[in-house]
Amino acid sequence: MTLNWKTGGLALGLVFFLAVLLVKPIGVSTQFVILDGILWNAVDGSVVTQADDGSYTSTNAYLAKSGGKYAKNVANPLNYSFVFVVAMVVGGAISAFMRGGIGAQERQMPAIWRANFGDSQMKRNAAVFVAGFVVLYGARLAGGCTSGHMMSGMMQTSLSGYIFALGAFAAAVPTALILFRKEA
Amino acid sequence: MSSILLALIIGGAFGAVLDRVGAANPTLIGKMLNLSNLHLMKAILLAIGTGSVLMFGGQMLGLVDVAHMSVKAAYIGVFAGGLLLGFGWALSGYCPGTSLVGAAAGRKDALVFIAGGLLGAAAYMATYPAVTHSGLLDKIAGGKVTLGTVPDAKYEGLTALPGDLLGIALGLAFIVVAFILPERITQKQPAAATV
Repeated sequence: MTLNWKTGGLALGLVFFLAVLLVKPIGVSTQFVILDGILWNAVDGSVVTQADDGSYTSTNAYLAKSGGKYAKNVANPLNYSFVFVVAMVVGGAISAFMRGGIGAQERQMPAIWRANFGDSQMKRNAAVFVAGFVVLYGARLAGGCTSGHMMSGMMQTSLSGYIFALGAFAAAVPTALILFRKEA
Repeated sequence: MSSILLALIIGGAFGAVLDRVGAANPTLIGKMLNLSNLHLMKAILLAIGTGSVLMFGGQMLGLVDVAHMSVKAAYIGVFAGGLLLGFGWALSGYCPGTSLVGAAAGRKDALVFIAGGLLGAAAYMATYPAVTHSGLLDKIAGGKVTLGTVPDAKYEGLTALPGDLLGIALGLAFIVVAFILPERITQKQPAAATV
C-alpha cells in the first residue's frame, strides 16, 4: 500500500533531484493559470496575442507579466511545464491502478473527513471547492505551492521557500488540530 | 522535443511517487497536520534533504548545472499566500499537485478541488493589478536570494556563507530531523480505539 517513509522519501527526493539535474525544479500551481488561460483563450481568442516579432502578450496583466511567458505557454500548451503536469496525472493513475485502486468509499471522500463530518457528499464538496479556491489563490499570491516553494525551494536553500513553509504550516497545523479531532 | 520527453518521464515519475508515498491521500495529510501520524512529514523532510545533498553535492563535483537552479522571490505575499494555502491544504487534504494525483486515483472530491482551484487561479489573474498595487509583492531581503552564496549562481546570498556547503549541511539536517522526529506528537484519541 503506502510506501514506508524511508523508501518513499528517498524516491521523492530522487525525483526532485532528477528534475533539477535534467531540466529545472518541479512546480505545479502555475499550470492552473495556464489551463485557465487556455480555456479562456478558447472562448475568446483575443486574450492572448502574438506580436510581429514573435513575442506573446495578453489583455490579462498576469498572463502578460514577465515578458509574456505565461501568455506564450497558453498559446503553446505543448511545453515542458504543462506536459509535466499532464504526465503527473497519467503517472498517478497508473500507480493507483497498479496498487489496486482506492475503493468506492475513498472515491467519495477520505476516511478522516467521514470520521469527523459524516458522509454528506454536499458538505465535503462545498468544503473542498472553497479549499481549492483558497489554495490556488494563495499559491499564486505566494508565487508557488507545496512543490515549487516548499520542496524545490527549501531544497535549493531559497529564503522564499522557508517563508512559504512557515506560513503554510502556521495555518495548516492549527486548522487540522481543530477540524480533525477524531482519527480515521 | 526532448524536453517534452523529459516532462513525460519526470512528471510521470513524480505523479506515481506522490501516489505511492500517500501525499495524495487526504487522510494521511490530515493525520500529518493534526500531528497524529508524522510518517508523511518524515518522508517530505527526507525528500528535501536528499534532493539538497544530491543537488549541491553534484554542483561541487561539476555534475549538476548551477544554472538549472530557479529561486523564487521573497515578499510578504509569500507568507500570506502560504497561510491561505495552508488553511485550504488542511481543510481539504489537497494541494495543487496532489489534487491532480488524487483525481487520477479516482477521488471525486479531488475533481471538485481542481474546479475550485481553477476559479481561485482565475480570481488571482483578475485581481493581480490590485495585489501588485498593495505592495504585497514588493521584494524583501533582496528578493530572489539563497541562504548562503552559491558559487556561479545568478542569485545573491542572504549571507556570505558558501551556499553549496550550507546546502549540503542543511540537507543533512533535514535528513537527521526526518529520523529523530517522533511518529506522533498529539495523544491518541479515544475514537481511534473503535476503528
